[in-house]
Amino acid sequence: MITSMTTTTTNSTTAKLLSYPLNAWYPAAWDHEITGKGILSRTIAGRPLALYRTQDGHPVALADACWHRLAPLSQGKLVGRDEIQCPYHGLRYNAAGRCTSMPAQETLNPSATVASYPVSERFRYVWVWLGDPTLADPALLPDMHQLESDEWAGDGETIQAPCNYQLVLDNLMDLTHEEFVHSSSIGQEELSESEFEVTHDENTVTVTRWMRNIDAPPFWLKNMRDKFPGFEGKVDRWQIIHYTFPSTICIDVGVAEAGTGAPEGDRSRGVNGYVMNTIAPETDRSCHYFWAFMRNYRLESQLITTQLRNGVHGVFGEDEAMLQAQQAAIDANPDHEFYNLNIDMGGMWVRRLLERALESEGRSVAAPAAAPAASSKG
Amino acid sequence: MITSRDDVWQSAEVTAVDDVADRIRRIVLQPERPEPTRPGEHIDVLATVNGEQQVRSYSVVEAPDNGGHLVITVFRTPDSRGGSEFMHSLEQGQVLRVTKPLQNFPLRVGAPSYVLLAGGIGITAIAGMAALLRRLGADYRLVYVARSRAAMAYLDDLAALHGHRFEAHIDDEGGSLDVPALVAGVPAHTELYMCGPIRLMDAVRRTWADRGLDRTNLRYETFGNSGWFDAEPFVVRIPRLGVEAAVGSGESMLEALEREGVDMMSDCRKGECGLCQVKVLGLAGRIDHRDVFYSDRQKASDSTMCCCVSRAVAAAPPTSSGKRPAVLTIEVP
Ligand SMILES: Cc1cc2nc3c(=O)[nH]c(=O)nc-3n(C[C@H](O)[C@H](O)[C@H](O)COP(=O)(O)OP(=O)(O)OC[C@H]3O[C@@H](n4cnc5c(N)ncnc54)[C@H](O)[C@@H]3O)c2cc1C
Ligand code: FES
Ligand code: FES
Ligand SMILES: [Fe+2]
Repeated sequence: MITSMTTTTTNSTTAKLLSYPLNAWYPAAWDHEITGKGILSRTIAGRPLALYRTQDGHPVALADACWHRLAPLSQGKLVGRDEIQCPYHGLRYNAAGRCTSMPAQETLNPSATVASYPVSERFRYVWVWLGDPTLADPALLPDMHQLESDEWAGDGETIQAPCNYQLVLDNLMDLTHEEFVHSSSIGQEELSESEFEVTHDENTVTVTRWMRNIDAPPFWLKNMRDKFPGFEGKVDRWQIIHYTFPSTICIDVGVAEAGTGAPEGDRSRGVNGYVMNTIAPETDRSCHYFWAFMRNYRLESQLITTQLRNGVHGVFGEDEAMLQAQQAAIDANPDHEFYNLNIDMGGMWVRRLLERALESEGRSVAAPAAAPAASSKG
Repeated sequence: MITSRDDVWQSAEVTAVDDVADRIRRIVLQPERPEPTRPGEHIDVLATVNGEQQVRSYSVVEAPDNGGHLVITVFRTPDSRGGSEFMHSLEQGQVLRVTKPLQNFPLRVGAPSYVLLAGGIGITAIAGMAALLRRLGADYRLVYVARSRAAMAYLDDLAALHGHRFEAHIDDEGGSLDVPALVAGVPAHTELYMCGPIRLMDAVRRTWADRGLDRTNLRYETFGNSGWFDAEPFVVRIPRLGVEAAVGSGESMLEALEREGVDMMSDCRKGECGLCQVKVLGLAGRIDHRDVFYSDRQKASDSTMCCCVSRAVAAAPPTSSGKRPAVLTIEVP
């Protein structure tokens, strides 16, 4: 076990179940999942939400429990311009969460409201802010511009990951696992052999790794040939992992013909992708893991978009199986601690930023380690 | 609603008391479990009234040190034999039972403009909202009305803090608020938050409805103890149970009936939920409807009333000296 070396953080263990900050934007859903026709029920950061759109198309996130007897509003229906009607005794609420109708009386109880959380729609996601609403500044959204840029094409999916969200962040901040978990697609031994560099500021952590003059693994050879038909030979491969608080990791990945200057900045003889990952904690032991794979070549090809999405789907399925097994082993071994390796440097900086945010919110760093919650579905 | 959860109660030590206006005292509490608060929250307090523990609510005016201290401000109700007397008897070092801050009056951030309206002690629920809107750079007006300057807590502080956004209307200085003018000047999507005497809030509610403004943008909290007439003693009878109770001016009809052993239902005890409604069978006098549960139409019919707040008053012209107390004949569920 490592002992923290700074004076601002005193914890000497690496939390196995990390709590989640609340003063943060979390992705609640893909834009297309939230509609004006039905109500999506989803728990984000421990808060059950009823998600829908007004007739003007604005997304709304209400607490999914009626003021009256807490019946789930997500089982109700949408009425009028922006209202939702409780399925039980018919109270109606508008997008601000204010009751607009109490069927059995002529007036409205002034305290009848449900929480309406700040939302923001960007980068193909609807984001929600569950903490202090006065701090909900859209300028704090992580940069995921590739998802809505003309210069990039691609698509993605959601994984309901049955593990604490930090295990996903750990997974993405250290890609040496590719050699072992993804050996048939993107793994190769140079990953764990090559040097990497870590930098951070208050809000971001970056891990950079270059592997020069290596054979392209199958996934990358295929991508090279999509852009440069018939490509053969060695490549320079890069993985530049950009983390942004609280839970977004965009990984700049690619390969270029070896020795053509990619490490120095000339990527013209290569192919470049961005693995866009953003994670919303659901409970202490589950999260919504939204990902997409974007590329900046052959933008016209829907075939390549579908092939890449399916390929990454397979790769991330391998991660999901590992994360599930890891969470189960953590729960089955409650008196064992995490130990850290040098490969965890990036993940440890992520933890540090999250711990500081939790401390400044006056919340404890470790989620209660007690009995595992029943597995959840999102 | 009185909370059903035990885990919200905690102890709190009185760390300071001082008078901030006529009959109005500022009390600083140090709660056992500090937590950040939001404008519009109140705490419930266990007050000792006639040797009995009773719940009273007080708005959190400010909560310095991230909730490490809770400032409340209590008006000593003129004919109170109860809670506010007890609160005014508190001294530094005393410990009482309070809840954590509870929210029934949330301020929504992000409205295009706001009017905050406080009448008298209602400023306690409004002051924190004004401070937050100022910090956020929102477009707001703070309107503070009262009978006299001496009875206005925090008047100078608020005037200094809010500058041109602040206005005071003081009855005995000839500056009574023109409610229709206030409402007429409100831009369409403004949210109005108010707390004050029922007469003031009723006037605003009516003009708001007359102007056809969105009723969900009119937000208010009632403190549950003001009416159209001064409280006076009256008599209530329940023929079926053979009960006759004298209701004193410092107690509610609900309390008087409970004291007589009538099994009564209630929840909010401030005229919002309608659970304490009783049927009016006969009336010598008038009903002072102090609730916000019934519509104007229902109030005008005088066939039911919320007995937690509403009262009866004698019908005789106010000048008559020997007027007889009102008598209400009711049926209870
Ligand atoms: C959410 C909320 C926030 C509040 N915030 C504040 C605050 O910040 N500052 C403050 O000073 N007060 C506040 N109050 C009012 C406060 O809780 C007490 O009601 C007030 O202090 C009077 O209590 P008392 O026991 O002294 O009065 P008493 O007059 O002895 O009241 C005894 C009981 O009778 C009722 N009652 C009193 N007079 C009448 C009457 N004429 N007709 C009918 N019922 C009557 C009262 O509601 C109370 O239940 C708040 C109330 C609520 C609900
Ligand atoms: S639980 Fe929603 S109206 Fe009763
Ligand atoms: S108890 Fe709620 S209105 Fe009287
Ligand atoms: Fe992986």
